[in-house]
Amino acid sequence: MPLLYLDGVSVSFDGFRALNALSLTLEEGEMRAIIGPNGAGKTTMMDVITGKAKASAGELRFRGRDLGRLDEATIAGLGIGRKFQRPTVFDRLSVRENLVLALAGPRRPWRVLRARLSRAEEDEIADILDTVRLAEVAEAPAARLSHGQKQWLEIGMLLAQDPGLMLIDEPAAGMTDAETRATAELLQRINRTRSLIVVEHDMAFVRALGVRVTVLHEGSVLAEGSLDRVSADPRVIEVYLGR
Amino acid sequence: MSALLGRDGAAFLGLLALAAVAVVLANQALAPDAALHLPGYLVVLLGKYLCYALLALSIDLIWGFAGILSLGHGAFFALGGYAMGMYLMRQIGSRGVYGNPVLPDFMVFLNWTELPWFWLGFDQFWFAAVMVVVAPGALAFAFGWFAFRSRVTGVYLSIITQALTFALMLAFFRNAMGFGGNNGLTDFKELLGFPLQAEATRAALFVASALALGLGFMLCRALARSRLGLVMVAIRDGESRVRFLGYPVESYKLVLFTLSAAMAGVAGALYVPQAGIINPSEFEPANSIEAVIWVAVGGRGTLIGAALGAILVSALRSWVTGVLPELWLFALGALFVLVTLFMPRGLIGLLAGWSRPRARPAAASVRTAPATAGD
Amino acid sequence: MLRRLGIALLLLLAPLTAAAQAPAEFADLVERLGRSGFAETEQAVQGLGAAGDPRAVKVLEALAAGELYLRRADRKVAIAVAAGDGLALTDAATGEALGQAATREVERIRLNNSLRRAISAALGALTLLSPDPAVRRSAADAVFKSRDPASLGALDEAIAREANARLRRALEEARAAILLTGEADPAAKRAAIATLAARGDRDALALLTAAAAGEGELAAAAAAAAKTIEQSLELWNAGQNLWYGLSLGSVLLLAAIGLAITFGVMGVINMAHGEMVMLGAYTAFVVQEAVQALAPELIGLSVLFALPAAFLVGGLAGIAIEQGVIRWLYGRPLETLLATWGLSLIIQQAVRSIFGPTNRQVVVPSWMAGAIEVGQLQITLSRLAIIVFALITFAALILLVRMTRFGLAMRAVTQNRPMAAAMGIRTPWVDAFTFGLGSGIAGLAGVALSQIDNVSPNLGQSYIIDSFLVVVFGGVGNLWGTLLGALTLGVLNKLIEPVAGAVLGKILVLVAIILFIQRRPRGLFALKGRAVEA
Repeated sequence: MPLLYLDGVSVSFDGFRALNALSLTLEEGEMRAIIGPNGAGKTTMMDVITGKAKASAGELRFRGRDLGRLDEATIAGLGIGRKFQRPTVFDRLSVRENLVLALAGPRRPWRVLRARLSRAEEDEIADILDTVRLAEVAEAPAARLSHGQKQWLEIGMLLAQDPGLMLIDEPAAGMTDAETRATAELLQRINRTRSLIVVEHDMAFVRALGVRVTVLHEGSVLAEGSLDRVSADPRVIEVYLGR
Repeated sequence: MSALLGRDGAAFLGLLALAAVAVVLANQALAPDAALHLPGYLVVLLGKYLCYALLALSIDLIWGFAGILSLGHGAFFALGGYAMGMYLMRQIGSRGVYGNPVLPDFMVFLNWTELPWFWLGFDQFWFAAVMVVVAPGALAFAFGWFAFRSRVTGVYLSIITQALTFALMLAFFRNAMGFGGNNGLTDFKELLGFPLQAEATRAALFVASALALGLGFMLCRALARSRLGLVMVAIRDGESRVRFLGYPVESYKLVLFTLSAAMAGVAGALYVPQAGIINPSEFEPANSIEAVIWVAVGGRGTLIGAALGAILVSALRSWVTGVLPELWLFALGALFVLVTLFMPRGLIGLLAGWSRPRARPAAASVRTAPATAGD
Repeated sequence: MLRRLGIALLLLLAPLTAAAQAPAEFADLVERLGRSGFAETEQAVQGLGAAGDPRAVKVLEALAAGELYLRRADRKVAIAVAAGDGLALTDAATGEALGQAATREVERIRLNNSLRRAISAALGALTLLSPDPAVRRSAADAVFKSRDPASLGALDEAIAREANARLRRALEEARAAILLTGEADPAAKRAAIATLAARGDRDALALLTAAAAGEGELAAAAAAAAKTIEQSLELWNAGQNLWYGLSLGSVLLLAAIGLAITFGVMGVINMAHGEMVMLGAYTAFVVQEAVQALAPELIGLSVLFALPAAFLVGGLAGIAIEQGVIRWLYGRPLETLLATWGLSLIIQQAVRSIFGPTNRQVVVPSWMAGAIEVGQLQITLSRLAIIVFALITFAALILLVRMTRFGLAMRAVTQNRPMAAAMGIRTPWVDAFTFGLGSGIAGLAGVALSQIDNVSPNLGQSYIIDSFLVVVFGGVGNLWGTLLGALTLGVLNKLIEPVAGAVLGKILVLVAIILFIQRRPRGLFALKGRAVEA
């Protein structure tokens, strides 16, 4: 059974077809890069997977479970985590507090009230802080991080959620070359234990990832394969460069 | 203690305890003609201020920490007050004007022959005490269930809370409702056997109000510093993000809203025996909005600020209306405008800015520091 | 001697000639009323009735009331009213005052039953056959109410002669009323029931209900007819409530539309909006006082002068608020709500200090006073004027928003503020003018309200919550939504009110809205699209 299964998924906003019979599968442990011109439906695809948008047609399954009617919190609870295009960390909480919030565990108010950080959880937070290289600034408010650091904090929060599938929206946006390389390495490391879908525009980053690529166009899949193969595909060239 | 409540929290509680003791001594231990003697009516006034402070605390709990601006919290205050009032009315017994041992005067006046079903049980103090918490709590739960589940937020929610308290006011004004109509409930004689007019009872009520305020504060502080408080602050700053983290945001809001309403109910219940009357004008939307300004003046999100703001503004009100009544609405209106324009973090925020001129705001935990009014 | 004989002969013949045909002299007939006995008087009365001179009505009424006298001295017939110790006399024929007289100087013209009947018939004939349709109408109504069987003859004649269909129906209804309540054969009564059922108003209902008491086929028929009238009256009643609902809705529309605009464009809830309405109402009052002092003959136009004045006052106040307070709180809607609440307190208290806390009267101009009847509906003109005015204002606003550059700028800022700013639209100006526009319209609403409600410092508070609910219900920033919301809420309010009472009705409406918001949190017509998040 594939980890993520989309079959003929369509999403409309007031008559505008953002996704048009999109079909995509992701196997357990796979990392996939999604590319495509603006308006291709990449963000909408993430919206519909995480429950922010509702599909008007098609099938949507995660580990065999139908996602169609579930809300964001439930889907997140199933093990799908999302990192947004713009960093959405909580500015006024410290880096550590951000991670504590994201930590997998009880989510209902009564349980949360009595929650105390266990030893294992403290260790895990320390681990994540190391992975995303934010250990020195753990107590600073997130507002004071650089853009790149905020992106990493978000990835860190995603890790804390311990999701089976991570959806990452343009992780390299606004980063320096060095940061971009470091991010690619980070994602590869994460891929050892989790599945990822990465949406990106930066081709160098996609190449550095070295994974299978899916090209989206006008709400459906245009081509799929290695980066070399899809970049040689005449349809893809036409869509990116115009007629 | 200070680990649980923060240094400022412990200081606040200490101050409260000290003040309470001082007031009681000045009233009870000193002779009436002594210089520092505190007359009974002042004790009552201060007791009412403390009840207001508790109401302010309940508002700050949801506004400062969850970003829910309720413009109708006076409704919960009033419901708690009415519950207590109903108990006190039943205690009058046959000492009313009409001498009916069971029916309060206003019912006899309306030619009613028996007690409506919802008055049953209010002759027992424990029942009334339970209703003080349950009535506003249940209303808040029902209201919140509908409102939060539909993801109504921001100004929409505030307007709906206003409409709620307005509707209740209209309802309670009707004689047919059975709550005394526009005269409300009054002429109380005793509470738990103690005559309300006696100095000792008044002092006891004052102490009870202080205790309630202290306990309320501790509860709110403890909540704020717990993991739950962390989630609440996150909800205030980025609700939809919190949802993506897997938290059922609506449940949190509902829990906090219900708790806040119960607190307001307790405040109302302690207020009524001190005020001697409860009537439907307590439901007036203007009252609820004024309570919000108490919190804004003190410093939203600090809890201490809310309590201080309530006491300060109420004291100001007593003073101004005693000297120049027509001036009060001008003053209050000006307070609204000036605080929102120039003191978005309230008095506490102002003080914090002065005492730590170069300290980074990051040093104070965001859950005890004043929230900036940018949300 | 011969002359006297001739005169006597003429006098003997005169009644014959009078009774024969042609209209005899009015004065002559009047004089004959008092000349000799009952017979002569009766003939004179009949003559007056046949002659058709409307002046005869007053004389005959006085005669019937026992106020017609004969002055002994000169045999003049006069109408007398008590004045001091004696009587004040008026010449019956000419209407001139004849001065005072003591009671022994005059002699009352007496009546018997036959004379009374004759007078009644003559009166009926005079009015029912009057050339003036208004007189015929009121005569028909009078007979309907009096149901005097003596008028039957005159009625029949009038019905035969009546050309106007509506008047003829009124006459037939009067006839039916007489037949139903008096002596008549069953067929005639049945026909009368049908006629009255067709009339269908409360008076007919009363007659039919009375006739339904008792037994027999006729009583049953009357009861059935009464029932149909009751049902139709209920429908009319509902229609009346619908009318009231539309009237309230139009007021809500005027009050809320300004709020919808400012909320839509700026995301600002202005709690002082009600006070803009109140200021408009007070402007109407001040203008009225000024006109009264400076040009009292123009008082009927003071409402028209007040409109632009109120728009200006509201608009300037709005711009002042926007520049002074709201501008600094941009992006903080909850703070804006609180600050504007404070402003509303200040404005209220200021007005209270200047004008006093009691109600002020704004007079409805004569051309707007009164009501017209449509079927069983009472349509008051002032409310009708307000509905028309509200619709005109709404249309003007739609045109402004759709056709002008300013309107375009407003829409752009509503939908995507940063983008609009990036395209060169000066958003601070748009904000200021939008606020001014919204508050100006609120001022106009105040003028409208001053016509149907009391003008007091609390005026704004009564309408602010309703205005909010209209905006919340109709969808923010959407003019059509506001229209629909206002009319719906107004009608809902007024339809529930008679069933549940005013207070409970209001509560029910509030609860209904709260529940509605659950289903559609953004109102009836929400602004859609990803760019808008409110």
